[in-house]
Amino acid sequence: MSVENRMGARPSLPTGVDYGVYHSPKIFAAEQRKVFQGRTWCYLGLEAEIPDPGDFRATHVGETPVVLVRGLDWKVNAWVNRCAHKGATVCRSLRGNQADGAFVCVYHQWAYDAEGTLVGVPFRRGLKGVGGYGKDFDPANHSLEKLRVESYKGMVFGTFSSEVEPLEEFLGPVMRKYVDRVLQRPIKVLGYARQHMAGNWKLYSENSRDSYHGALLHLFYPTFGIYRQSQDSAGELAEQGFHSVFTVAKPKGDVDYGSFGDEANREMQGTAQLQDESLLQFRPEIDDDIGLHIQSLFPSVVLQQIQNTLATRQIVTHGVDQTELVWTYFGYADDDEETTRHRLRNLNLVGPSGLISMEDGEAVELCQQGTVGAEGKYNFIKMGGDDVRGYYAPMGMDENAVRGFWKGYLDLMGNALATFDKQMVA
Amino acid sequence: MISVDPVLQGQVDSLNAAYGLCLDDGRLEEWPAFFVDDCLYQVIARENVDNGLPAAVMYCDSKGMLVDRVVALRRANVFPEHFSRHLISRAVIAGIKGETVTAQASYAVLQTRNDGETRIYNAGKYIDMLIVKEGAAKLVSRTCVYDTHRIATLLATPI
Repeated sequence: MSVENRMGARPSLPTGVDYGVYHSPKIFAAEQRKVFQGRTWCYLGLEAEIPDPGDFRATHVGETPVVLVRGLDWKVNAWVNRCAHKGATVCRSLRGNQADGAFVCVYHQWAYDAEGTLVGVPFRRGLKGVGGYGKDFDPANHSLEKLRVESYKGMVFGTFSSEVEPLEEFLGPVMRKYVDRVLQRPIKVLGYARQHMAGNWKLYSENSRDSYHGALLHLFYPTFGIYRQSQDSAGELAEQGFHSVFTVAKPKGDVDYGSFGDEANREMQGTAQLQDESLLQFRPEIDDDIGLHIQSLFPSVVLQQIQNTLATRQIVTHGVDQTELVWTYFGYADDDEETTRHRLRNLNLVGPSGLISMEDGEAVELCQQGTVGAEGKYNFIKMGGDDVRGYYAPMGMDENAVRGFWKGYLDLMGNALATFDKQMVA
Repeated sequence: MISVDPVLQGQVDSLNAAYGLCLDDGRLEEWPAFFVDDCLYQVIARENVDNGLPAAVMYCDSKGMLVDRVVALRRANVFPEHFSRHLISRAVIAGIKGETVTAQASYAVLQTRNDGETRIYNAGKYIDMLIVKEGAAKLVSRTCVYDTHRIATLLATPI
């Protein structure tokens, strides 16, 4: 019997991952390199947030502070918010417009253009032959760290990797089809909400791919008797496994999942009545009957349409147990006032106060708290089987997309996870 | 600053004090009664207000929606067990037109969860429109503009 078997330990698999991955600072550090700075495209924001030249927005890739800027030439740039001199944060605002396209570090006034190229250094030549940098100092070697930037349908992504495939290939045809669906026409930003969870980023990433908890944790619909048991639902995965999308539409035929409520052993019939049903009104505005579209693009964003709410949720990692979710709510640019008001009313459903979404923050924290000290023990992700499928319907009684997340994650982490698993045995 | 009748000032401040205690005592079912029937209650991030963006995390434009929020909290929503404590400043009354009064007040909501630690959970200001008649004030609209744009875990109980 090998040492591993005697210890009862085994490598982490998509069906069961060592709980230590939510707690280990070493794993967190490895993720920053291999996931967020590795062969992935990370979401940076929406082009609609920076419509004009000089517009900028502070964002993150993993825990790294990044600034998204529209240059004076209209090109979208992104650079690490870290001065090449002493590492100070150069841009100190969440958003704004830098009309001259110049960003100056307040510490020693090193100045960069919108692309992050160093364009000015005070006392570079010294004064009257005294001080200054040597002749070998070339500003071109001291720019801000620049990211490769690509947009898809107005969603801007950046990468530190020179090896990752172009964004469109990284997303793949299935994910692109669904992004096309929501971002079918120009959008306008309606606002932000920032939700902080005392939990690991992967717990939220799993949560957004976990259709199993939907009707069980989020009890708003069943409580008010509005759970549609005959809805049409499906989950689709990208080839790598780590991107996924769920859709729920009104039924095409007479499908009856009537027994689901009984099996779940919960009050699904609804004993409360909504006093104001305008909250739930749904106006189909895309050429289909889909009322819920939750799309998780690895590693850092969820794109959603729930009823008439449209939003991106960016995942920012502030530490092994500190995760921020930045909700950016939007509508279509041609919405009239009444449509906007309707979206604002619908927004009660989603976000950190969302009647059908607030619980996710609590779920993340419960898992973080419950897995403290549980290194060498494993989660159990076999609902609906132990394989990773490209398509699953109806969804809700499977964890296919969660296994897909772990499959992609484990592939990227490679040796870092294998080494970790080994340490857990020792 | 306008000169305000101390009785009116007292009526507005009394409403705010009773409002805070109502929420902090957990008497959520009584909370909608602070509003008139055709009311607006919203909780919106200061960063949105400052940038002219309308999205609020709670947006209730009828008293029925306030009641629905409370029923959902009691029966459906899952959130960390907690106690809250509202500290509300004296109101600054900005305008009086007949029975309609506009006022603002600062608030801080402290929250104590099961770990026993009390944290500053949310700070901001109320922007209010009230009707004051027959010796009592009621809210026509209350916009909670929160500075604390990083919401800890979730925002379940009204501010």
